[in-house]
Amino acid sequence: MNKVPKIAIRDVCKRFGTLTVLDGVSLDVHQSEVVCLIGASGSGKSTLLRCINFLEAYDAGEIRIDGHLMGYVDAAQKQRRPMSDRMLRQARRDIGFVFQQFNLWPHMSVIQNVMEPLLRVRGLSAEVAVKRGEVALDRVGLTDKRNSYPLRLSGGQQQRVAIARALAMEPSLMLFDEPTSSLDPELVGEVLQVMKGLAAEGMTMVVVTHEMGFAAHVADRVAFLDRGRIIDVGPSQQVLHESKEARVQQFLQTYHDRTNF
Amino acid sequence: MNMLQTLWHYAPLLLSGAGVTLWTWLLGSVLGLAIGASVALLRRLPVRPLQWVLRIYIEIIRGTPFLLQLFLLYSGGPSIGIRLSALTAGVVCLGVHAGAYFAEVFRAGFEGLPKGQIEAASSFGMTSFQILYRISLPTMLVAIFPSIVSILISLSKETVILSIITVPNLMYQVQSMTVETYSAFSGIAALAVFYWVFVECVARFSALIEYRLTLFARRDSAEVRA
Repeated sequence: MNKVPKIAIRDVCKRFGTLTVLDGVSLDVHQSEVVCLIGASGSGKSTLLRCINFLEAYDAGEIRIDGHLMGYVDAAQKQRRPMSDRMLRQARRDIGFVFQQFNLWPHMSVIQNVMEPLLRVRGLSAEVAVKRGEVALDRVGLTDKRNSYPLRLSGGQQQRVAIARALAMEPSLMLFDEPTSSLDPELVGEVLQVMKGLAAEGMTMVVVTHEMGFAAHVADRVAFLDRGRIIDVGPSQQVLHESKEARVQQFLQTYHDRTNF
Repeated sequence: MNMLQTLWHYAPLLLSGAGVTLWTWLLGSVLGLAIGASVALLRRLPVRPLQWVLRIYIEIIRGTPFLLQLFLLYSGGPSIGIRLSALTAGVVCLGVHAGAYFAEVFRAGFEGLPKGQIEAASSFGMTSFQILYRISLPTMLVAIFPSIVSILISLSKETVILSIITVPNLMYQVQSMTVETYSAFSGIAALAVFYWVFVECVARFSALIEYRLTLFARRDSAEVRA
């Protein structure tokens, strides 16, 4: 394992008005590690994920990616200021982000969606971008849909396109924000399958999810958030089956009650 | 002379009038779209005094009759040193008038944009400008296209009023024909037919464009080559 963690989160706080969403969160994610963030709605797991690529600005603490402070000019806590747009864009382009609502661009075909960041951000030529886009689509098994518009695809297919779009940028880190939560139960599997493949290839991934099966079988570690704090973190089996925290046991019990029928 | 003979006799005049009508409408529309888009973009800047000025512009234009605005510019203009030909004053007025309506439509378009699509673009590191012209504007255009067409059609009929300040458009020519021939009906009929055909063409053409624009949202249509 590398000395410098891929992501180092230290005492991160985030408030929305008077509501404290993150209350001193610390977590390291190492190269090629898969970490799942679980917990109830409103526990702060999505906010934490969004802070990692600064879609949400954290108020206090530090998030470092490969040792580089995210979102702020590296200076002492008191006088720090947000980094320039240019630096932020530079920092973001190596981080893939997959949204719960896919967020494909509906007016572009599948291949155009995948090519768009390559053309605009990486500055690739159309020929190179098409080739890379096709490779990415092949990885998620959607080569035959390259010319379809997103709205004509199922939710599972749309999410796979969104993953391909992120992958085509060749990110060194992928963040998933409840990638299967708005899918029909039948379509969840195809998306998880793609994510499993990525994990097996050694992609560093942070996944906010309610899919306990994925957390149990794919994640290296699981962090449980409750009211803006990580109250348990460790190897997935340990957190999911042997946690000593009452809140974690209670949450998982509700989960079991709901899924056992 | 019967009606058809009258119209035939005046055909060159009427055609030149129709040309002027179309020309003022086209220029007014382009100017209006440019003003509307600029105002809508400027309204997104967090500068208080600018916001007030833009709001006052929109409210005055929408709250007063077009004819009044036209008189104000053409007849009142010279007293503050603005001397415009009838045609220029007419086109400027059409543009400024339509601009206020377009600005509101564009504003609504910006507000209705799905936040997630923009977030996705910025998560890849696209610049604000790239997001604006690659993601926001195309998405928005689809949503507001029908409203834009409505304004364009309304504007086509406002052009009639320009005849009052002697812009030699179709209305103006029909009036001079009526004065010379006492044949009121043929002129009115010609005007009615012209405007009906004109608006119908705009509507048909827009429907075609709208179909193309919303192709991506149709589950039933064939795939389009990338």
